[in-house]
Amino acid sequence: MRFAGARTLFNKEILRFWKVSVQTVAAPVLTAVLYLLIFGHVLEDHVQVFPGVGYTSFLIPGLVMMSVLQNAYANSSSSLIQSKVTGNLVFLLLTPLSHWAWFAAYVGASVVRGLAVGLGVFAVTVWFAPPHFAEPWWIVIFAVLGAGMLGTLGLIAGLWAEKFDQTAAFQNFLIMPMTFLSGVFYSVQSLPAFWLGLSHANPFFYMIDGFRRGFFGASDVSPWLSLAVVGASFAGVSAIALRLLATGYKIRS
Amino acid sequence: MPVSVVFDHVAKTYAGARGEVRALDGVAFNIEQGEFFGLLGPNGAGKTTLISVLAGLTRATRGHVTVMGHDVVADYAAARKSIGVVPQELVFDPFFSVRECLRIQSGYFGIRHNEAWIDELLTGLGLADKGDVNMRQLSGGMKRRVLVAQALVHKPPVIVLDEPTAGVDVELRQTLWGFIAGLNKQGHTVLLTTHYLEEAEALCGRIAMLKQGRVVALDRTANLLAGTASTMLRFKTDQALPAAVAARARVTGRMVQVTARDAAEVETLLGQLRLGGVKVEDLEIGRADLEDVFLEIMQRETLA
Repeated sequence: MRFAGARTLFNKEILRFWKVSVQTVAAPVLTAVLYLLIFGHVLEDHVQVFPGVGYTSFLIPGLVMMSVLQNAYANSSSSLIQSKVTGNLVFLLLTPLSHWAWFAAYVGASVVRGLAVGLGVFAVTVWFAPPHFAEPWWIVIFAVLGAGMLGTLGLIAGLWAEKFDQTAAFQNFLIMPMTFLSGVFYSVQSLPAFWLGLSHANPFFYMIDGFRRGFFGASDVSPWLSLAVVGASFAGVSAIALRLLATGYKIRS
Repeated sequence: MPVSVVFDHVAKTYAGARGEVRALDGVAFNIEQGEFFGLLGPNGAGKTTLISVLAGLTRATRGHVTVMGHDVVADYAAARKSIGVVPQELVFDPFFSVRECLRIQSGYFGIRHNEAWIDELLTGLGLADKGDVNMRQLSGGMKRRVLVAQALVHKPPVIVLDEPTAGVDVELRQTLWGFIAGLNKQGHTVLLTTHYLEEAEALCGRIAMLKQGRVVALDRTANLLAGTASTMLRFKTDQALPAAVAARARVTGRMVQVTARDAAEVETLLGQLRLGGVKVEDLEIGRADLEDVFLEIMQRETLA
């Protein structure tokens, strides 16, 4: 009974993206497969990041994680901005739901969407290279934490934005560059020193590196360091999101 | 009679382009349980802001609001469970059917099995055959009915209707008022804002009038009608009115309406018209309605 309100919002958010799953799940899976076909085809014979691991095998976990992150962000940000612009957020604002309930439901549903797309990408791309599961617990931990962090960033962007193009700008100028520069398509060890240092300041790098560790048992940095960075980043953005929700930032005047 | 809503010197200021805007300026009155209460005022008077403070959509700059004894800020969860708000804007969630929307709204209030009441709401509001229809496919009037149903899913003791009949047809008005009046008879408190003053006159036992964020009148509807100018002079003319009459007249095309306190004042007005050489057609002398009272109070406040 106590959590019934939060559970309803969580279920509603899942139902919302599931009703348009061609756009919210199938389309990002197709995009990831296209990346794999193009980059895998071009680079398979030229790049080997880890000993004995082909480029396509290396690329798959990166693409899976990139899809998880981008779709987790897209879920909470698009849901909130749509509700704000169309005005139907008022139905939620009139309820007794606490800021904890809002947070849990929006971020929880974003994690589900992120994982659903990630599983979809994995299910399709697995046919291109046999999967390895060296340390599978890291796969689960980093997928959930990464999706949670991006779902939270989406929540913050959705609260802050007043127009659709503002959430898109947040995505294009912050989320996308940080994802692409995090080692999805390459190992950061292959970068010049300056860019390597910069990559180490990017929390997205630790998400993808830790996630990849679960597949190959090898990573650029220790998975424990990645866990600490990702955990601390998630806690930081969560604290901001909870504060914004509690004060009704841009949703209660 | 126990109190259901308390507005305790509520003030709200916004930072506007030209400095501070005072939307509410020390609004203070109570609404008793079971009342059908009207909140009237011209556009920009602060009606929607006051309702927004009550609903927790806006925070008061000063003062407090309680619903059924619960402070809308400190004890917001209990306060929001006690009110159902029908918003002024015609908003809807395009992803869901009518029944899904009502189930979701019930769930937000912690109610999991609400089918019997949802069915009752759908039937009572003339939506029985629309339960499985997507919100996008409904007409404006039907969407408005769903808004009312959504506000009532948790059977709130206080129902707030913010201009619920703006731009809707006669049939919906009758359905809506029949349903709301039934809930009011069962003991639900109703707070209504409307621009249709005949509705307020017919439905509301007590009325508060707001102007520029202040309460300028607060009384039983019958007392408001009796206390101010109770006689209305109506006539048609093509000629210019004498200044003394023009200053207090409401003119719609050829139709002129002037309020008068008593028969002697009616005579004075007719004398002024005669002296001014105004040719009057279709003269009627009748009882003033709430619209006349409203205009008189607003005019008085403007002059003050």
